[in-house]
Amino acid sequence: MDAEITLRVDGRPRQCTVDTRTTLLDTLREHLGVSAPKKGCDHGQCGSCTVLLDGRRVTTCLAFAVAQNGAEITTAEGLAGDGEHPMQRAFLDHDGFQCGFCTPGQICSAVGMVDEARAGWPSAVTPDVAGSVDIDDLDDAEIRERMSGNLCRCGAYVNIVSAIREAAR
Amino acid sequence: MTDLLRPHAVATPVERLDGPAKVTGTAPYAFDHAVPNPAYLHPLQAAVARGRVTDIDTRPAEELDGVLAVLTHRNAPRLASDEDAELAILQSDEVAFRGQFLGAVIAETPEIARQAASLVRITVDEQEHQVQLRADHRQLYVPEEVNPTFPTDTSQGDVDLAARDAAITVDERYTTAWYHNNPMEPHSTVALWQDATLTLYDSTQGAHPVRTAIAPVLGLDPEQVRVIAPHVGGGFGSKGTAHAHLILAALAARELPGHWVKFALTRQQMFSLAGYRTPTIQRVRLAADHEGRLSGIGVDAVEQTSRFKEFAEQTGIPARTMYAARNRRSTHRLAPLDVPVPSWMRAPGECPGMFGPEVAMDELATACGLDPIELRIRNEPHVDPESGKPFSSRNLIACLRDGAHRFGWDGRDPTPRGRRDGRWLVGTGVASSTYPVHYIPGSAATVRYLGEGRYRVEVSATDLGTGARTVLAQIAADALGVGVERIELGIGDTALPVATVAGGSSGTISWGSTIVEAARIFRHEYGDNPSEGDEAAGTTPENPAAERFAMRAFGAQFAEVRVHEDTGEVRVPRLLGVFAAGRIINPRTARSQLIGGMTMGLSMALHEESVLDPRFGHIVNHDFAEYHVAANADVGALDAHWIDEDDPHVNPLGAKGIGEIGIVGTAAAIVNAAYHATGVRVRELPVTLDKFLH
Ligand code: FES
Ligand code: FES
Repeated sequence: MDAEITLRVDGRPRQCTVDTRTTLLDTLREHLGVSAPKKGCDHGQCGSCTVLLDGRRVTTCLAFAVAQNGAEITTAEGLAGDGEHPMQRAFLDHDGFQCGFCTPGQICSAVGMVDEARAGWPSAVTPDVAGSVDIDDLDDAEIRERMSGNLCRCGAYVNIVSAIREAAR
Repeated sequence: MTDLLRPHAVATPVERLDGPAKVTGTAPYAFDHAVPNPAYLHPLQAAVARGRVTDIDTRPAEELDGVLAVLTHRNAPRLASDEDAELAILQSDEVAFRGQFLGAVIAETPEIARQAASLVRITVDEQEHQVQLRADHRQLYVPEEVNPTFPTDTSQGDVDLAARDAAITVDERYTTAWYHNNPMEPHSTVALWQDATLTLYDSTQGAHPVRTAIAPVLGLDPEQVRVIAPHVGGGFGSKGTAHAHLILAALAARELPGHWVKFALTRQQMFSLAGYRTPTIQRVRLAADHEGRLSGIGVDAVEQTSRFKEFAEQTGIPARTMYAARNRRSTHRLAPLDVPVPSWMRAPGECPGMFGPEVAMDELATACGLDPIELRIRNEPHVDPESGKPFSSRNLIACLRDGAHRFGWDGRDPTPRGRRDGRWLVGTGVASSTYPVHYIPGSAATVRYLGEGRYRVEVSATDLGTGARTVLAQIAADALGVGVERIELGIGDTALPVATVAGGSSGTISWGSTIVEAARIFRHEYGDNPSEGDEAAGTTPENPAAERFAMRAFGAQFAEVRVHEDTGEVRVPRLLGVFAAGRIINPRTARSQLIGGMTMGLSMALHEESVLDPRFGHIVNHDFAEYHVAANADVGALDAHWIDEDDPHVNPLGAKGIGEIGIVGTAAAIVNAAYHATGVRVRELPVTLDKFLH
């Protein structure tokens, strides 16, 4: 079964017809030619397909496109096309990647994560998990915990953490 | 023979030239290439480990709207060569391992292809299979050589005798698990068959090597195959050799000439179709006097191969060359199993082969009452024990000392279970790293002057994330005496001059030396004031010193491990590596490669294990939810350093490879630290919590 949907992707309205079985990730990549989100697992286990969906980080391989009609999507490319968004710049400065395949997902996830921390959301390593967190308390342990949904097989984690630490300041 | 014109760009931390493309997600990996109106392939796979296909009913799939073709062994064309049994797919009804390709559905959309594949009914006459590696496997055999061309067994003196006469011996069995490379980018190919040529956007560690491997299988001349691979999302060896999905994609494209066919393995499919590291069982024997001086070293490795194609991991190799001892022995035995064929995974041989011996050295240090660093220093050889040649440079001791200093090793109380922090038992451990210098001939490069001080340099190298694109531009800049921004580099395309595989930590030194040679010829022919369009070509220069010296990189890794007294949970808050690898071309990307290798080593030590179901012959934890690779929270303070090493003999760059050494020794350092923390000696990877609970 097909459905007609409209998305706003990186600031542009995009219309398309999708099979109702099509994931948001495949819609972006195969229908709209938006290939910044990558497919590392298709099962919500690696984070490489992460985008900001209505401002929150989401793994697009776990979302059906048909359920996202009207959604506002920002990919790594949409953060800044020249790579100079502060989070992208921090990843460049700290060499927070090698092959770069997980990177668009890491960067979207990092931007979403910092917003979550700014909003006071606690994580599993926050001293009071029922309380809230202050952005100034976003130490390495917090960053590592909150970024553990984004795998990097090249093993760039220590550089990713220092990049995010700097960008979150 | 160091003859870089002026090291100017080389040895500086140039930012990755493809960095902006990667942080925006616009660098095109294989599956990202926009092609018009593509078709999608979904494979059919064997659900048993051994047998014969007696029936394949493809009709329900063919009747589905949007299905363009269904391929099975019944209608697939005959391949021109079945020499490589892994690539000779769809040629018979035989099933040699679970997950094997039995066919493919090609459809207008990925959803239709997958649905149609699920409708194909495959009947198999199942036969008894053997999939479990055991040290006492009845069919163990002696391979003719081990990967790539090392002798299977070596022996000098008599290790048995040395062990009998020694004051102190270690004789233990160590095992490493079954590992999957799992690069983040799945193996992907986008194929077009048109006018008797095959074009592939491919995720590979070598465009030319892929072409060389698949052209004869398809009955094509190499010139009829074009492979394009500008960006590759990691490989770690699994994209270093051609795997069967390439042939399946090519056959599908041939079925639909003029039509692009896209095929990416799913993460699950990668566990049976993209290579892996064999599990190993290692008997390690060390014989020494009371002062820890080794008189004998023996490593006997048992590993698996597939029954249909042999791969023999060279696990015993590092012990042949690491420490001095008069009596030495190393052997390899293979169990032929009904499993997928093992292949390269980051530092084949060295990675598993430095686990057993480096843990055994720690056991020997304990037995002798010696500091493990001192034990290694006492057994430092003056020449390569295997060949008798001098090392072109060997700075293991400098790495151990520098690392000890940085890590705060001095004054360490060697008593196991001597330090605690609340309920956490805390320990530290050390192990050595080594990796050979593979300087591989056979690449070619061209240099062309574009005018206005700019040059185009071409060599079909690959950048898997190593930084090759950046590092080669640095080398070219210095060789031509201009700034990096004046170099336009072309890589990753068989339309460019041939290059060898990005494997064996050989890329930078082999391709880089080739560029230096092409630049030398260019300058010789055109001087300092070339005209636009002037062009010169060069090939990998021979290294006359290669015959005279043994060439290896060395390193030392230090780990702090915490084991929870009640739960057995293992954490690695600190990991430090110090390496001696010749000249470091780009400190920024080099550090990333080294910490990346160490992170993968930590992952191997604590988490990774492909779990086989012996009843069905498949890997049960075949995804990222259950095959755990280290995540961000698993990694603590981890850092890599290197010492200045000037090696005039290795190659024109004075550099050694660094892509693999980072993973060598990590697991041993962690196991040794875990022993120090708990007094429990783990000899079986991974070091999971159950191993500390008794
Ligand atoms: S591709 Fe979506 S989480 Fe892995
Ligand atoms: S940079 Fe390669 S997987 Fe993260």
